[in-house]
Amino acid sequence: MTDRLEGWEKVTGAARYAYEYPLENVAYLAAVQATVARGEILAVDAEAALGMPGVLAVLSGGNAPRLAPVDDGELAVLQSRRVAYRGQFVAAVIAETPETAAEAARHVRVEYAPEAADVLLRADHEGLYAPEKVNGGFPADTESGDPDAAFAASAVRVDATYTTPAEHNNPMEPHTTVALWEDDGTLVLYDSNQGPSAVQSTLAEVFGLEPAQVRVISEHVGGGFGSKGTPRPNVVLAAMAARVTGRPVKFAVPRRQMWATTGYRTPTIQRVRLGAGLDGRLDAVIHEVVAQTSAVREFAEQAAVPARMMYRAANRRTRHRIVRLDVPSPSWMRAPGETPGMFALESAMDELAVLTGVDPVELRVRNDAPEDPESGLPFSSRNLVACLREGAARFGWDARDPRPGVRREGRTLLGTGVAAATYPASTRPGEAVARAEPDGTFTVRVAAADIGTGARTALAVIAADALKTDLGKVRMEIGDSRLPRAVVAGGSAGTSSWGTAVVRACEALLVRLNGEIPPEGVEARASTADEVRSRQKYARHAFGAHFAEVAVDLDTGEVRVPRMLGVFAAGRIINPKAARSQFVGGMTMGIGMALLEESIMDEAFGDHVNRDLAQYHVPTCADIRKIDAVWVPEADPHLNPMGAKGIGEIGIVGAAAAIANAVHHATGARFRDLPITPARVLAEL
Amino acid sequence: MNSVPADGPDPVRAEITLTVNGSEHRLGIDTRASLLDTLREDLGLTGAKKGCDHGQCGACTVLLDGRRVNACLALAVAHDGADVVTVEGLARDGRPTRLQEAFLAHDALQCGYCTPGQLCSATAVLDELGRGLPSAATPDPAAEPVPDDAEIRERMSGNLCRCGAYAGIVAAVREAARA
Ligand code: FES
Ligand code: FES
Repeated sequence: MTDRLEGWEKVTGAARYAYEYPLENVAYLAAVQATVARGEILAVDAEAALGMPGVLAVLSGGNAPRLAPVDDGELAVLQSRRVAYRGQFVAAVIAETPETAAEAARHVRVEYAPEAADVLLRADHEGLYAPEKVNGGFPADTESGDPDAAFAASAVRVDATYTTPAEHNNPMEPHTTVALWEDDGTLVLYDSNQGPSAVQSTLAEVFGLEPAQVRVISEHVGGGFGSKGTPRPNVVLAAMAARVTGRPVKFAVPRRQMWATTGYRTPTIQRVRLGAGLDGRLDAVIHEVVAQTSAVREFAEQAAVPARMMYRAANRRTRHRIVRLDVPSPSWMRAPGETPGMFALESAMDELAVLTGVDPVELRVRNDAPEDPESGLPFSSRNLVACLREGAARFGWDARDPRPGVRREGRTLLGTGVAAATYPASTRPGEAVARAEPDGTFTVRVAAADIGTGARTALAVIAADALKTDLGKVRMEIGDSRLPRAVVAGGSAGTSSWGTAVVRACEALLVRLNGEIPPEGVEARASTADEVRSRQKYARHAFGAHFAEVAVDLDTGEVRVPRMLGVFAAGRIINPKAARSQFVGGMTMGIGMALLEESIMDEAFGDHVNRDLAQYHVPTCADIRKIDAVWVPEADPHLNPMGAKGIGEIGIVGAAAAIANAVHHATGARFRDLPITPARVLAEL
Repeated sequence: MNSVPADGPDPVRAEITLTVNGSEHRLGIDTRASLLDTLREDLGLTGAKKGCDHGQCGACTVLLDGRRVNACLALAVAHDGADVVTVEGLARDGRPTRLQEAFLAHDALQCGYCTPGQLCSATAVLDELGRGLPSAATPDPAAEPVPDDAEIRERMSGNLCRCGAYAGIVAAVREAARA
């Protein structure tokens, strides 16, 4: 139970986020966004803006520095006359003050030749295609056995289509950068991101520099949830502006501009077919996903991937189809793939439970997979059943009357629901340095990012363990690209990857230490590339189970979640205090997904209309009532030296399904389209 | 949207005095500047955060003449002579307040970006409860409000936390309210 190492800085306002470094002579950037969803920029008239006192420069396609093309077309900022989506950055004003920059940006006149835009995702869109790979590097399609025949021959069949809307990550700290070029040509970026090493290498590529000529500092990051996992256009724009003006340039993407420029979860349309015997044992699993991507960057949400490993079934097909629309680029949002995919799969499992009369907990236990159904590999550990049993006991599941729509208290209907969770337990290669100081303390360095996960603290705990010393003797240095290279805080692989390198560096240091530490200290470096690559083959995944209670108001259709419990199996939990917050935080976002969150695409304008926190609702304090997360003991020797699985994402996976299943239990109505809003509920009551 | 006529005059500036965390500052400001930008950019007090700049998230909450406000919605020029307390001014002489201690004890923060606003807001909540002010969750507005979870959740709902630290925040405020 370790307090966050930077907790004191965070409760006193001393912790510095990217925008907050005190620099001399800064200039401020305000961006101009495209007002058409597709077309050609004919002219940019910057005269009025340039005439305003305090305006230093106006950047647009005509005068912006040329950049090297990179894989992510979003980073080709101001490089083309083409408008790929409404809201794309088409110009920027740099000025002496934020007020002047913002006002001048409104005076930049951009003339377009608009073209008809295609912005709505449909399951029958003629542009749907199979991507070569889906996010995570998985194949788009898999098939085993004869799923169609098996489904047709099954005694009990579920065939249903589920949809999830576009959802926006909305970290509380916007995407911010302070960019400056030093006299020797080094680009320095104080930047809010999930991995300084990744920003360093990508920005070096974009600006034609050696990686060593780019320095990225990200000491404290105000959340990311995937949206800061890859550099977004804002950091490129800030760096360009700093080069053109010769001044340090500050740019915080305004909340409304984040909708188009910093990523979001694609909407999905998912058809799930489950074929089972009367006892609920699955014989066929078919999960087919339709999602969108943009014209400038291919992103294929891997929503059917969890259906490949979740349950035993002899016949299975998974399929992903995406379509390039004239929309902002979707990207990572907390557990991409698993989050929308498990909403569909776990809702379908609940429908199967209702059809077969098998208890939903028992149904999942019955279909538990002894080894990975796709690869045939053994699981390094799989404790889904333990999570379900533990959760059922704690939640009081056994007393549940399965009949839907029969628990009424006044004008409220009550119900409970369950859903399973899973997330891959990955480890990626990286480096770390451990150093013994002459005063008996240790310094451990790794270019990790703490985006609120508690990474700094977890790594210090890991290092203290490996060094057999007290936590108080370990100083962690993270959040700087000059530190040993590290993977991004993403894919729930951060702690596992960084921790492995930290343990190896600490072990190497201990070997070198004998007796007195010289004044210059003793240092050891580790690289885990070989270790990670040569690991034995296992299917490595964390598992969990969500239990939710809902109260549905008969008059307003409003759904409340008075009680929610998550039980997880994620190997060794390194810091229980922060881990619980991570799980509960994911579940909280899951409540938002279930009941509130939806970015609405307006076909006429070709853009999301509810682009702020007044119209896009995330859970508030009053929305979250009794909520808790616990874990079952799990010793897994096949993961990493800590025996830990990543926990940043699994908390949201399955959470929305548990709530939707509880709403069915409460009302008897099945909600297959998220979010479950009062309007949708009222229509069914 | 792109056709606002530009006019040339220099931005209008004004001189104001603000007392921030006990120190008086004489400031020349752009009359368009929000209190939040004045604190962050002119005074270097970056504790108050900018999450939305539109009064929708609470990250910028400070105490203005003793009341909690969204500093992004306050024009600095309109508050000449005001007394402002930011998160930097809560702890005195390096000694944490009960709330700050309770936030750490209950892990009521993750990324920490909403935290300064939560703390300033919670400071005002304790004051409002102490003065017997009711909220929408107070069962009997005429009676003394009780700092139970429903009351705290209602009063803290102007401060969004995307990390989802609400459970810890409520526990921390409850503890500080009862101490
Ligand atoms: S920044 Fe002021 S309310 Fe969001
Ligand atoms: S702690 Fe991250 S937004 Fe609240």
